[in-house]
Amino acid sequence: MLSPRTPPGVTTESGLPPFAVAPTTIQTDDDAELLSALKQRDERAFVALVERYQRPLLRLALVYCRSLAIAEEIVQDTWLGMIQGIDRFEGRASLKTWLFQILVNRARTRAEREGRDVSFSSLAEGAEAPGEPAVPPERFRPIDDKWPNNWALPPHSWGESADAGLLAGETMDLVKRAIAQLPSAQQQVITLRDIEGWPAEDVCNVLMISETNQRVLLHRARSRVRGALEGHFNDG
Amino acid sequence: MTDDTMTMPDLGGLSCKEMVELVTDYLEDALPADMRGRFERHLTACDPCVVYIEQMRQTIAALGRLPEESIPPGDLDALREHFRRWRSTPEA
Repeated sequence: MLSPRTPPGVTTESGLPPFAVAPTTIQTDDDAELLSALKQRDERAFVALVERYQRPLLRLALVYCRSLAIAEEIVQDTWLGMIQGIDRFEGRASLKTWLFQILVNRARTRAEREGRDVSFSSLAEGAEAPGEPAVPPERFRPIDDKWPNNWALPPHSWGESADAGLLAGETMDLVKRAIAQLPSAQQQVITLRDIEGWPAEDVCNVLMISETNQRVLLHRARSRVRGALEGHFNDG
Repeated sequence: MTDDTMTMPDLGGLSCKEMVELVTDYLEDALPADMRGRFERHLTACDPCVVYIEQMRQTIAALGRLPEESIPPGDLDALREHFRRWRSTPEA
């Protein structure tokens, strides 16, 4: 559990259960350890999970509802849902996936009640819908050109200063604004994939979408953010 | 590919317009092997598409570095209270 020397249910040399003598925080990267501690009502495991996932949960909740107060409510509700369901959780999915599924269910219900469309099935948002092209068509040569559909207005390298420029506060604000303008389904995918750095499989499991759908939405979202950055660097 | 006097290089049978729609599948390693080969042949011959992919990579890197400070840490005390209340209730 918390350290190899004090597994759950085993008393320490002092004769006290480890809970009584262990430090107030847990250092482990392993959700499975936290899960087993949590099932034994270990508050430190709960706190460790909150510290690990509170911000990512809130970031995703904010995709569904722009109000911070409502997003915080949804996250709070997610934690309550987790502890109430923990004894029935069989660990088929990872703890992380399960936790975020709870959040997504609650956030979608709430958003729908408030009249916001956050689904993946509507024509406007689904991957099946004919999407906006990654690059405006006028940047390519016409079909009757000697080089049809190749660059007419090619992208210019952002240069060696780009890596520093990409870290600048104003650039980060621009990226955030670009994401905020994406359709909800794209926001959900790019937030988990690129901001939180999740693997595709986890994103598919939490959002309950196919890998292809995930990739199409990710492509549209990344292309839009790249376009926003290009405008920024080429104007600046 | 802006010099009209050049002869057409091997672009893998893909236009740049097609390339920009395949870039995510390429970066996600989701292209079938033959398509991946064509994609890479195009890149060998087309500098603007190399720039484009580099920009996509830079975009992804920037997204991964978005700061978290704007996100509040949450009310840990309230959650602890909920946890203790739950812990003190008998198991269902």
